[in-house]
Amino acid sequence: MSLQLSIAVTQLISRRRPTLVSLGGIALGVAFFLAVSSLMRGSERDFIKRLIDNSPHITVSDEYRKARKQPAIEEWPDGAVEVRRVKPLTEVRGIRGHAQKLAFIETLPGLRAAPVLLGSVVLTFAGRNEGVTLNGIVPAKMKGVSTIEEKLTQGSLEALATNPNGLVIGEGLANKFGLSMGSVVNAASPGGEVRTLKVVGIFRTGNASYDENQTFALLKRAQGLLDRANRVNRFTIQLDDPYAARAVAAVIERQIGYKAVSWQESTEDLMSVLLVRNLIMYSVVSAILVVASFGIYNTISTIVMEKIHDIAILKSMGFHARDIRRIFLAEGVILGALGSLFGVSLGMGLMWLLAQVEIKPPGASDIVHLPIYWGWEQYLLAVGFALASAVGAAYLPARKAGQVQPVAILRGLA
Amino acid sequence: MTPILVAERLGRVLAGEVPVTLVRDIDLEVGRGEFLAIMGPSGSGKSSLLYLLGLLDTPTSGRILLDGQDTSGYGEDQLAATRLRKLGFVFQFHFLLAEFTVLDNVLLPMRRLGKLDEGAARKRAEDLLEQLGLREHARKHPHQLSGGQRQRVAIVRALANDPLIILADEPTGNLDTHASANVQQILHDLTRQLGTTVIAVTHDVTFANAADRRIGIVDGQIDPEWRA
Ligand SMILES: Nc1ncnc2c1ncn2[C@@H]1O[C@H](COP(=O)(O)OP(=O)(O)OP(=O)(O)O)[C@@H](O)[C@H]1O
Ligand SMILES: [Mg+2]
Repeated sequence: MSLQLSIAVTQLISRRRPTLVSLGGIALGVAFFLAVSSLMRGSERDFIKRLIDNSPHITVSDEYRKARKQPAIEEWPDGAVEVRRVKPLTEVRGIRGHAQKLAFIETLPGLRAAPVLLGSVVLTFAGRNEGVTLNGIVPAKMKGVSTIEEKLTQGSLEALATNPNGLVIGEGLANKFGLSMGSVVNAASPGGEVRTLKVVGIFRTGNASYDENQTFALLKRAQGLLDRANRVNRFTIQLDDPYAARAVAAVIERQIGYKAVSWQESTEDLMSVLLVRNLIMYSVVSAILVVASFGIYNTISTIVMEKIHDIAILKSMGFHARDIRRIFLAEGVILGALGSLFGVSLGMGLMWLLAQVEIKPPGASDIVHLPIYWGWEQYLLAVGFALASAVGAAYLPARKAGQVQPVAILRGLA
Repeated sequence: MTPILVAERLGRVLAGEVPVTLVRDIDLEVGRGEFLAIMGPSGSGKSSLLYLLGLLDTPTSGRILLDGQDTSGYGEDQLAATRLRKLGFVFQFHFLLAEFTVLDNVLLPMRRLGKLDEGAARKRAEDLLEQLGLREHARKHPHQLSGGQRQRVAIVRALANDPLIILADEPTGNLDTHASANVQQILHDLTRQLGTTVIAVTHDVTFANAADRRIGIVDGQIDPEWRA
């Protein structure tokens, strides 16, 4: 043990009570930091998990991120040429060459993709009309990318495969129309096509607007109804690692040209709210540690005042100002480190206790535990901040101690 | 032989609204192995002179040559390093660190200098304590010792790094006649046996009479006429 450190330890031990009080302050600060952080981060991850589970990780649509440039501009990028009143060529909407593109996407590791044709239709039943969104799907593929299968309260997705005129609707729509399994509805497309469809499945996601507006039919049937033979206007992709979505989306977009939107991109506004929430939370819990560091400042200042004769004698003996500073900075580090150690243990205890708390969210049927996040980086953050404030608090008294003039103290005594 | 310590026209004025002159025009040479006693009335500037000679305070005029080297250009760190290597202090009040044992107190300057490894330092500290009859007190804390014993520990600590000069400010001022004679004997023996130079401020005439030379300070100046 270095000399300065051993002096620091001896002095702290000789001032037991203030030492314990400032240790307690730091320990409580760290523990509270961890408890709040684990709760906030836990609920955030819980929220994101729900978000990820219930929406596609990546959606590829038949749009381009940037409007296509005029051919003239592509030809002469520096030229002062503009052809006015040029409209983009009217294309039949849909992803061109979707089979190859889907095949390419499926070569990427760790993901599942499903083709979808999305369109609007008007359902008619017993004299009532309702515009809904029709998802033309391939049931076998859809199961890999969506939780809709689990949300079915009656019927199944496979029923679509065996019954080409089948339709899966949400509970909200079923209630509104008075539909039940086996009911027959008319579906009309904007192009004027009309088909008769039979309800073969009813789902309930809990999201009212989704349950009223989304319907599922076989891809082939949807293509016929919407008059978009052999077309697909969307790929829905699910990843094993949802957090890779942004990177994978970029790869896909670069390769196939169509716009690929990750869940992170489509929820950027929410994510920034979460970020602000975290910033507020961390400033508050860090403020607790700053307050706790006043205890350290107080303890070390007291020791400097009480030990001013010792400081004078050490300096007269030939200790440098920086030796003295190090002694008191070391005291700050010791208090910060020990306090953090106790704080982390106490904090983990608190987190364990919080994890035992059971709550029943309004509207939910089952009891859930408070979501607690156990990630290591919050310990690092808490300990790092505690140490930084401890050293910061020790700095001023340490500097003062280093500046003590031994003669001034000796004169006072002689 | 060159003197170990030379003071040339040494002066120290405390700045302030009314400047205070602590010491003025001191010319002094101290030989190697000499035992010098500084005497004088209370408040005459003896301690102030000792702090200057011990490089604890910096003169406002004049200079000090220690072991042939001019110290006037030294910065704080260099002064501290010189004190650590070449000087040892003994004050009227013992000034041991209360939380450390006698042995650890003696080891402090050695550990700071780091010239000896821990084992050798311990050996030296124990030998020195033995020589001053403190062997059985090595593990005790300062409050468990008598005033005379503490003062002897302070002398051992001052000797720890084998200094050229020991500077003592009324080392017997707080002791009874017996303890005082003991300390006086030890300082005397130091100069004879180890060749260490001793500069001691004292009011004690017996003590001063044991010294090789006595100087008197009056009003911050050396007064050749001064008699105790
Ligand atoms: N900080 C200060 N401000 C003003 N005057 C001071 C200060 N320190 C010392 N003095 C004065 O300087 C003079 C010399 O003091 P010093 O302590 O050197 O005397 P001394 O000879 O050691 O006295 P004593 O024998 O009582 O120890 C004294 O008159 C004292 O009052
Ligand atoms: Mg004095």
